[in-house]
Amino acid sequence: MDLAHGVQLVSFGILAAIAIVAALGVVLLQNIVYSAFLLGGVFASMAGMYLLLNGDFVAAAQLIIYVGAVNVLILFGIMLVNKQQDFPAIKGMWIRKGATALVGAGLLVLLAGTIVTTPWAISTATPTGDGSTLKIGEHFFSDFLLPFELASVLLLIAMVGAIVLARREFVPEDTPTTEEELAFKLPERPRETAAIAGGSQTSPE
Amino acid sequence: MELQLQYFLLLAAFLFCIGIYGLITSRNAIRVLMSIELMLNAVNLNLMAFSNYLDPENIKGQVFTVFVITVAAAEAAVGLAIVLAIYRNRDTVDMEQFNLLKW
Repeated sequence: MDLAHGVQLVSFGILAAIAIVAALGVVLLQNIVYSAFLLGGVFASMAGMYLLLNGDFVAAAQLIIYVGAVNVLILFGIMLVNKQQDFPAIKGMWIRKGATALVGAGLLVLLAGTIVTTPWAISTATPTGDGSTLKIGEHFFSDFLLPFELASVLLLIAMVGAIVLARREFVPEDTPTTEEELAFKLPERPRETAAIAGGSQTSPE
Repeated sequence: MELQLQYFLLLAAFLFCIGIYGLITSRNAIRVLMSIELMLNAVNLNLMAFSNYLDPENIKGQVFTVFVITVAAAEAAVGLAIVLAIYRNRDTVDMEQFNLLKW
């Protein structure tokens, strides 16, 4: 990005503020639908950060995959388990929250101390800049070829696994009686059962 | 005044700690998954910052970020399917009641 330093700094400040506020909202808000939308805000501001860091391809991938796919998937998950329930209070919850906040703050202090004190070896080489997409493509098809192919296998496995896990296993008891009802509310059932019930060749006379 | 590497790293550390807090204290199983996504994003920001400031010629950090995004997408799909299966089994998304493996 060939922006002036001031512009970069201001946009970093705005994006960081959005990311921090939205992340706190994700964790602290009661309504989970608001949390899901704020999570989309965090993802979008992260994409802006990647643009500031000369990663235009990764920024586009972040927008498409996180905001477009993962966030929508989470919203569908919320819709599918949409049960308005007040969780029963457990005693000692505040101890857990306090201890976790303490551990988180301690970890933050530790990380911040390390970040500030470490002498980073800032490279002075000319950045790839706008050619980052070409560079990533070269990496994918030369030295990262095996992980690249394995990633596609992993995505296939995840897709099949998600379908198998989320498929409903039991067949509903109440089968509709009349033709009209059958057309409107066909019960969801596994494919094998439907095939056996439908085909007359396999069923014994 | 220029943008420094440290700014990005500090922001990533803050997001990671928020993610840890949400991961441990959330009662809703889906909120736990969202906290994991937050933490993965913080790690991605770290990788991108290192790639831009320490390795601007080879940008291997961006390649790693793409792989992390891939794995995170797969994780979100499988995680939500597991939450859905548990919800059908136990009829709740309260993390406190998923205690089948508690001794």
